[in-house]
Amino acid sequence: MAKSIMIVGVGGQGTLLASRIIGYVLVNKGFDVKLSEVHGMSQRGGSVVTYVKYGDKVYSPIVDKGEADFILSFEAIEGARYLEMLKKGGTLITNTHEIYPIPVITGAMSYPENPTEKLSALCDTKALDALALAREAGSEKAVNTVLMGVLSRYMPDIEEELWLKAIEELVKPKFVELNKKAFMLGRNA
Amino acid sequence: MLGNEAIARGLYEAGVKYISSYPGTPSTEISEVAAEYDEMYAEWAPNEKVALESALGASLAGARSFTAMKHVGLNVAADPLFTSAYTGVNGGLVVCVADDPAMHSSQNEQDSRHYARAAKLPMLEPADSAECRDFAKAAYELSERFDTPVLLRTCTRVAHSQSLVEQREREERALMPYAKNPAKYVMNPGFAYKRHFAVEDRLQEMARYSETCAFNYADIRDTSVGFVCAGTCYQYVREVFPDASIYKIGLSFPLPLESIKAFAAKVEKLYVVEELDGVFETEIRAAGIHVDGGKDLFGNIGELSQSKIAAAMGVPAKENASFTEALPARPPVMCAGCPHRGVFYTLSKLKLTVLGDIGCYTLGASAPLSAVDSVVCMGASVSMLHGFNTVRPEGSGKCVAVIGDSTFLHSGITALTDIAYNRSVSTVLILDNSITGMTGHQQNPATGYTLKMQAVPPVSLEKVCEGVGIRRVRSVDPSDLKALEEAIKEELAADEPSVIICRKPCMLLKYVKPNPPFSIEREKCKACRSCMKLGCPALRFEAGKALIDNTQCVGCGLCKQLCAFGAIKEA
Ligand SMILES: Cc1ncc(C[n+]2csc(CCOP(=O)(O)OP(=O)(O)O)c2C)c(N)n1
Repeated sequence: MAKSIMIVGVGGQGTLLASRIIGYVLVNKGFDVKLSEVHGMSQRGGSVVTYVKYGDKVYSPIVDKGEADFILSFEAIEGARYLEMLKKGGTLITNTHEIYPIPVITGAMSYPENPTEKLSALCDTKALDALALAREAGSEKAVNTVLMGVLSRYMPDIEEELWLKAIEELVKPKFVELNKKAFMLGRNA
Repeated sequence: MLGNEAIARGLYEAGVKYISSYPGTPSTEISEVAAEYDEMYAEWAPNEKVALESALGASLAGARSFTAMKHVGLNVAADPLFTSAYTGVNGGLVVCVADDPAMHSSQNEQDSRHYARAAKLPMLEPADSAECRDFAKAAYELSERFDTPVLLRTCTRVAHSQSLVEQREREERALMPYAKNPAKYVMNPGFAYKRHFAVEDRLQEMARYSETCAFNYADIRDTSVGFVCAGTCYQYVREVFPDASIYKIGLSFPLPLESIKAFAAKVEKLYVVEELDGVFETEIRAAGIHVDGGKDLFGNIGELSQSKIAAAMGVPAKENASFTEALPARPPVMCAGCPHRGVFYTLSKLKLTVLGDIGCYTLGASAPLSAVDSVVCMGASVSMLHGFNTVRPEGSGKCVAVIGDSTFLHSGITALTDIAYNRSVSTVLILDNSITGMTGHQQNPATGYTLKMQAVPPVSLEKVCEGVGIRRVRSVDPSDLKALEEAIKEELAADEPSVIICRKPCMLLKYVKPNPPFSIEREKCKACRSCMKLGCPALRFEAGKALIDNTQCVGCGLCKQLCAFGAIKEA
């Protein structure tokens, strides 16, 4: 059976790069891997979703209801938006940082209170302030690598070196050290 | 590799020499990646019609040629498409069309398979990245063997999914010899009549070929159910039914109806699974094959997925969690610092009727700006304004069109010519952000660079407008709200056609350096919410006062211009 990871966040947060790094690691581990992403409209600060699926043989590139082993949420309520994709017994890894969408900014709707607590009551949830750790690593942009670090803890068969090598290969050279640091902060969080 | 990258790889290996495309999600990366290979010429054309015609020219000259576009792009290129079916090719010609079921980034979800039928052209449909590469290469063999352009159809889930792809070397190919042949290439009625027979003969020959084509095959497993499917639907069906029999279609027009009939005879129940219209189902039924389920089960709107197929087939749903509280939607928004924001703020403030167009500026339709009255297709803003003002001349002073630089060059010029020629008193705003933004930053004829990043003389939008007969042409910096409002009022008051070019580069361009973030003095803020009318993602209300998010603000200064109390400061 293929395993599924769903990465959700806000356009511009680096979800695409994260899915590519995870995909690269899994290919190097010898899995059949499919990634799926949507470009265009969704890049403009909208809700974005990418999928990573891996196993001996993967058919559908998308993750559907009740199929995700992991949801990696880059923002506090985006995990909630896609929670129906999580399989029974799956794990939600979520950033606690809140980014207000336009309907909240304009006052048309309100942002849910204590989303992390509510999520924890519904599924196995690992929540952390990835933005704070990314700042500690040296850049707010490294939220994606921090969260990948957290995910890596849940994938014990994959060696730390494979992750670090993927970062070296896929991240722009001048940001490699910073991202490795962010990854380790997430991994040890 | 992305499906799109794999197609580019296939082109490279097939020895393609000429690529001309116009960007459009989800087809854009094919040409961008192809441009990275030095052996292939690759360009952005001003629109899809020009792209296809130039590729046809390169084919006539003997080169393997290619063009890619999104589904609606094929509408623009439909005119040369239909007649290229008559002329056939010299060097192989492949037209890739990328559909977008569920409209992840499109204005409709038309089904391009109809074009293959209407234009009588063969169509290939890959189901993953490996097939993208294989089918792209095979398309050239087919094109040259049957003397026809070939359609290669993908969809978002094929184009934008990544899976493993094998690579081979490029086979360099000499140009095919060129010999003048008017009976084949001059499509006047006399010659075209004869060519129509050639088209019909070819179609019959292709139908016979389709029965033997290796891309169409029956995978017989459990025979209690059988599915007929192509492309991404194959992946969904296989995932839900690992043991079912499947007839997988790769060459999707002409369909291998005899082989499907033989497959149908082997299985107890036959289901046709296809996204959007019931194209296969209709043809399969018309061939006298009994179908147990198709569009009645799977519907013809939006994308399919494994869960939708499972539900339609009565397979129990997987157990899942759910979050029941209503969540605020997170629609795409104009970026902080977007040069379009000031324009739509002003149009909204002046309560104008705004005929909109397609690009990042379509977001001017969203709340709180809510400034746009219509969006139909590229270029339609300008021509619709002309029609609107012609029948409501008294309203001319309250009505504008907005169109981006790339969209204007794509199909706004002919529309502006209509305004100038037939003298409607219309005002057009060209939003020149020096890039094709919506599709992810492609160069265009007005930016001064080509797809391969060669510097070239940019098209002068002013001169184009003047050239078609507009006398009132002016440009304005849209971040100066006062100047912008004055310009719009003046041009709307004039009694002749006019163009305002709102010129400021996209904030996301590398050479545009963001300003340090602005900040708000809490004591001075009177909570009037004027600044909130901008719909800027960097502004929010917290504890009763406006607040600037300094991780997002790029210091464009629009909000400062709106604050009557001087509460907003530069860094
Ligand atoms: C016929 C057609 N081709 C391509 C597209 C895809 N597309 C949508 S908007 C756009 C260009 C937008 O560029 P521009 O007009 O410069 O506006 P910007 O997004 O930069 O504001 C393209 C290529 C389309 N919708 N229709």
